Amino acid sequence: MSKSSLSLPARTKHLLLVPLLLLCAACQGEVLNPAGDIARQQRDIIYISTGLMLLIIIPVMILIVVFAWRYRKGKGGTYDPNFDHSTALELVIWSAPLLIIIMLGALTWSSTHLLDPFRPLDRISGGKDAQKPVGEPLRVQVVSMDWKWLFIYPEQGVATVNELVLPVDRQVRFDITSTNMMNTFYAPTLAGMIYAMPGMRSTLHAVLNKPGTYEGLSANYSGAGFSDMRFKLHGVDQAGFDRWVAGARGSGKALDLATYRQLEKPSEKVPAMRFAATDGDLFRRILERCVEPGTKCMSEIMAHDRRGGGDPHDMRPGAGMPGRASQPPHGHKPEGAIFKSPSEKGSGPNVTKPADPNKASGTTRPGAPENRNMTAIHPVLAPLAGRDAAA
Amino acid sequence: MFDQPLSKIIFGRLTWESFPIHEPILLVTFAVVVLLGAGMLAAVTKYRLWGWLWREWLTSVDHKKIGIMYIILGIIMLLRGFADALMMRLQQAMAFGGSEGYLNAHHYDQIFTAHGTIMIFFVAIPLIVGIVNLVMPLQIGARDVAFPFLNSLSLWLTVAGALLVMVSLFVGEFSTAGWLNYVPVANAENSPGVGPDYYLWALQIAGVGTTLSAINMVTTILKMRAPGMTMMKMPVFTWTALCSNVLAIAIFPILTGAFALLMLDRYVGTNFFTNDLGGNPMMYWNLVWIWGHPEVYVLVLPVFGIYSEITSTFSGKRLFGYSSMVYATVVITILSYLVWLHHFFTMGSGASVNSFFGIATMVISIPTGAKIFNWLFTMYRGEIRMELPMMWVVAFMLTFVVGGMTGVLLAVPPADFVLHNSLFLVAHFHNVIIGGIVFGLFAGMYYWFPKAFGFKMDVFWGKIVFWGWVIGYWVAWTPIYIVGLMGTTRRVRYFDDPTLQPYFIIAGIGALIILVGILAFVVQIAVSIKNREKLRDTTGDPWDGRTLEWATASPPPSYNFAFTPVVHDIDAWYDMKKRGAARPQGGYQPIHMPKNTGAGVILSAIAMVLGFAMIWYMWWLAALSLAALFIVAIAHTFNYDRDFYVSVDEVERTEGEHHRLATAGA
Amino acid sequence: MTTKATSKPKAAPRKKKIAAAAATVSADPTFYLIEADDHHHPTGGATLLGFWIYLMSDALLFAAIFATFGVLGTSYAGGPTPREIFELPLVALNTAILLVSSITYGFGMLAMEQGKAKLTQTWLLITGLLGASFVGIELYEFGKLIAEGATPQTSGFLSAFFTLVGTHGLHVTFGIIWIVVMLVQVQKRGLIPENKRRLLCLSMFWHFLDVVWIGVFTFVYLLGMLR
Repeated sequence: MSKSSLSLPARTKHLLLVPLLLLCAACQGEVLNPAGDIARQQRDIIYISTGLMLLIIIPVMILIVVFAWRYRKGKGGTYDPNFDHSTALELVIWSAPLLIIIMLGALTWSSTHLLDPFRPLDRISGGKDAQKPVGEPLRVQVVSMDWKWLFIYPEQGVATVNELVLPVDRQVRFDITSTNMMNTFYAPTLAGMIYAMPGMRSTLHAVLNKPGTYEGLSANYSGAGFSDMRFKLHGVDQAGFDRWVAGARGSGKALDLATYRQLEKPSEKVPAMRFAATDGDLFRRILERCVEPGTKCMSEIMAHDRRGGGDPHDMRPGAGMPGRASQPPHGHKPEGAIFKSPSEKGSGPNVTKPADPNKASGTTRPGAPENRNMTAIHPVLAPLAGRDAAA
Repeated sequence: MFDQPLSKIIFGRLTWESFPIHEPILLVTFAVVVLLGAGMLAAVTKYRLWGWLWREWLTSVDHKKIGIMYIILGIIMLLRGFADALMMRLQQAMAFGGSEGYLNAHHYDQIFTAHGTIMIFFVAIPLIVGIVNLVMPLQIGARDVAFPFLNSLSLWLTVAGALLVMVSLFVGEFSTAGWLNYVPVANAENSPGVGPDYYLWALQIAGVGTTLSAINMVTTILKMRAPGMTMMKMPVFTWTALCSNVLAIAIFPILTGAFALLMLDRYVGTNFFTNDLGGNPMMYWNLVWIWGHPEVYVLVLPVFGIYSEITSTFSGKRLFGYSSMVYATVVITILSYLVWLHHFFTMGSGASVNSFFGIATMVISIPTGAKIFNWLFTMYRGEIRMELPMMWVVAFMLTFVVGGMTGVLLAVPPADFVLHNSLFLVAHFHNVIIGGIVFGLFAGMYYWFPKAFGFKMDVFWGKIVFWGWVIGYWVAWTPIYIVGLMGTTRRVRYFDDPTLQPYFIIAGIGALIILVGILAFVVQIAVSIKNREKLRDTTGDPWDGRTLEWATASPPPSYNFAFTPVVHDIDAWYDMKKRGAARPQGGYQPIHMPKNTGAGVILSAIAMVLGFAMIWYMWWLAALSLAALFIVAIAHTFNYDRDFYVSVDEVERTEGEHHRLATAGA
Repeated sequence: MTTKATSKPKAAPRKKKIAAAAATVSADPTFYLIEADDHHHPTGGATLLGFWIYLMSDALLFAAIFATFGVLGTSYAGGPTPREIFELPLVALNTAILLVSSITYGFGMLAMEQGKAKLTQTWLLITGLLGASFVGIELYEFGKLIAEGATPQTSGFLSAFFTLVGTHGLHVTFGIIWIVVMLVQVQKRGLIPENKRRLLCLSMFWHFLDVVWIGVFTFVYLLGMLR
């Protein structure tokens, strides 16, 4: 529509500037003006692809308007009712988009491999610093819980909830999993999003280049508390990071099994928390769904499954297998509806009533209807809440 | 009383709690629906229309009436789906700076789930199936579809599904798991309520209808074309309808399968999509998106056909590049099956897999681009009449290319990593669905309305509808594109950043402008009916059409054509007019037609009861209705007396009347 | 009839039986068919094609479940594995029964072609009984597994196994119901064209189930034993 503005009076032109200004506000957003090198490269891909496509989109839009105007009935344009084929034109209309797509395809292939989240970085930032050595990554383990983020720093031995502190200009390797729902780990200023999935580990390599406080969130809908599943990302220099780690260690709270059990239960609007000490194996056990003592880890189960069960050294068919009646080692899931006795059927309530501000709700049973109406975190967690971030 | 086991056995988990008596929004809606419904029923009773309604419409197997009923269903559900959209816009415009808006999480989550589900399954699909039903048999010169009874059954199954979704508004609740009912949100552990069950049963029942309808349409096109109409002489709309329905047959069973497995998880306790015991939630995403992406093309291909027909008719020209149009359609059909993974690049499939699916997605834009050029060069050197349908075509072309561009952008995996699940993505698919599909459906409705009813639609109100939608679309979705680029993601209930609020307010205003368009459409229908004598078309060919549907009266007689037309050209009717072919007057034969039957309505009603019983765990009722379903279906097969002959007298009378009117008008 | 009608336009200038347009055009082509034509109500052909398309969509439903089994087939979750629970001889017997039932149905169709209603019914009855014993053995197998604790709720593998085999079994059950209905309908009306058409559709359905079963037998049982 804006093409017709060329012929409009000056005052209307000013009006047309308003959307442009609004549009430009997007340039200041974290996606188009990021603080991380990966996000910046991803932003550049957006610009390059858009530019490539505009090469064909703009002429087409102009032609649509011109043809629709010029060949209106009564306008006196040439009328040729039998013009329905032209080999030359057909060649152009198939090859023009084809050419653009070949270029875009090449860009896609190379950039997808280059910016693959599994791939360790080969530069810390663009421009003249591109040659600086990358160095060993800082490891951060990310767990999405209902509905908060748990960050574990295995090398530092500290953990946080809903607060991510990163040293600038240092490569970070995130290992990501989830306790129950599927979320995406997304800090727009840092890098693109990656799914956090129960029982699976996803990986992201990224780097933050500018100090500051940024937004992070889950970008994939995961249930009632989803809108509050946000965290603050603090970029600090190395000294500040060390100070922060020391501070977290001094806070005294440990992320032990009892605390983890509390944390795992559904809650929303969880304030930032810090834990001084964590079990170094916690992330693996969350990933393998065996945090509870006595449950078998997925790798053990899978090893069992791979060798068809039983003793790996006994080669007789079926030898040492768990037996036909063997039950799986763990899993607590509701029984199928058709097996419920009448009194177990429960009721199918309509829970759309507005939240009661006086009731600090949030129950501890997963899937309980009350969870859908939560506005406050579980009271048990409140004393654990830490103060604001150092940076 | 409801807590006694006996009431649990009878009513399952239906209790007084299931009725939203504490929810003012729903109560008011319920009151309005009840009042309107009671008014309608009273009117039907007062004017003694029940018999007429049952005989002429509900039990009809006439493809034109079935098509019209599909379209009515689509329009009614559009009002519901749009009400959901307005509520979301209002919530997001309000919920800033500490305010949580007026909807709590549970309600808001139901609304966006219902909005997506309704708009795709109960608005877009019925409108498209309706237009294909109405037009395609006429276009190929047939008297009906291949399986008239199946057609009626498909319609009523779709209606049953839509009714279940509507019931969920007042009894219990709807799913909160997003429009594809994603696990793990929708699995038994996380959503023990009735919401996902409503979703699953409604869509299974409607999905069976859609699959049967697609089988019917493909058979009709392959077997019942008029003599002379070879595949490469089929009108482009028929071609796109064929490809769309072939695609629907290829994908709907997979959706049915995925939903069935989720049902088993919820009802039997199996481990398909669970987190533990060997289940795999990602598999659900793969299965539903193997359906989901081609579904976009199931919807958009027939609409491309509509644009082709309209561009050619109103430019007064043959369609430019007919064969490249056909090949483009076929190529899109095949490619659309190979791109589903682009809906979750960020799941970590690895760079090579992502690149493959990204590039495959981009390749689809080549045939689509070719189509845009073909329409462009159809307008070139034409004599374009800017009537209502053509206005929509031009608006579509300008809007759709932007949506296409953002779509290709999202197909580049590194770009998708930052834009996935963002409001940019939401704006993109609304851009192609509103700018592509909805605009095309309006174009098609205006184009074929005179064929269905014998009079054109009012132009003044039509222009208000047009500008309401076009301006409303841009005002509503440009700000959403922008906030998407700022890193705002979808399905969020409230925001911290106050600088975003103006964008959501503008978007809300845009939605209100679209509302003007929708209300104007309702007014337009009323005004057009009131002024129908002034808008009357007696010729059966009000737009100087080019394909066979314009070769018969408007509205067409039940048998469509007294004599089967013989096709010599792609633009068959244009060719007949050019060469002065006159319809023979006399020498009529009795015409063999299918009889109406109520079996479709009854079977669908039973299916709906079955769904309701299963949702609420009323096992006795479920068993009863399942048995009834079998008994009625088997009883129906014992009815061999399914057809009759339209007498020569009646044909002569109908054709004579049409001839008189047509010549008097000319 | 259909073939006749579609062959018309090629012989456009043929004049007899055909009303042409007002004779103003030089070429004088045919624009309307005047004879009584049944082109609009193709009987057998369209139904068989439509039913075949339905079978293809059903095949895709099976494909989705097969794919699911492919993904979950080794997710034993620490529960029993195929080698522990499958009784291959029983399944082989079941396979043989289903394959024979396809042959008996074929004999039924031959009898139908010869117009022998009673013989057709006999073969249908045999087919139905074979189908019923197939379903019976399958139910016995299921019952035994469940009694031993290998239930569909045990693991992803068992969920997929019960669903895939059960979906096929459900189809066979529908087929048996259909056979019973056809027995009654042939009894009531004889081998009229409608019934013949239905028997042809049922024949496609029955053979289709056979093909699917061969996939199940190979993919689930044989490959499962090899794992």
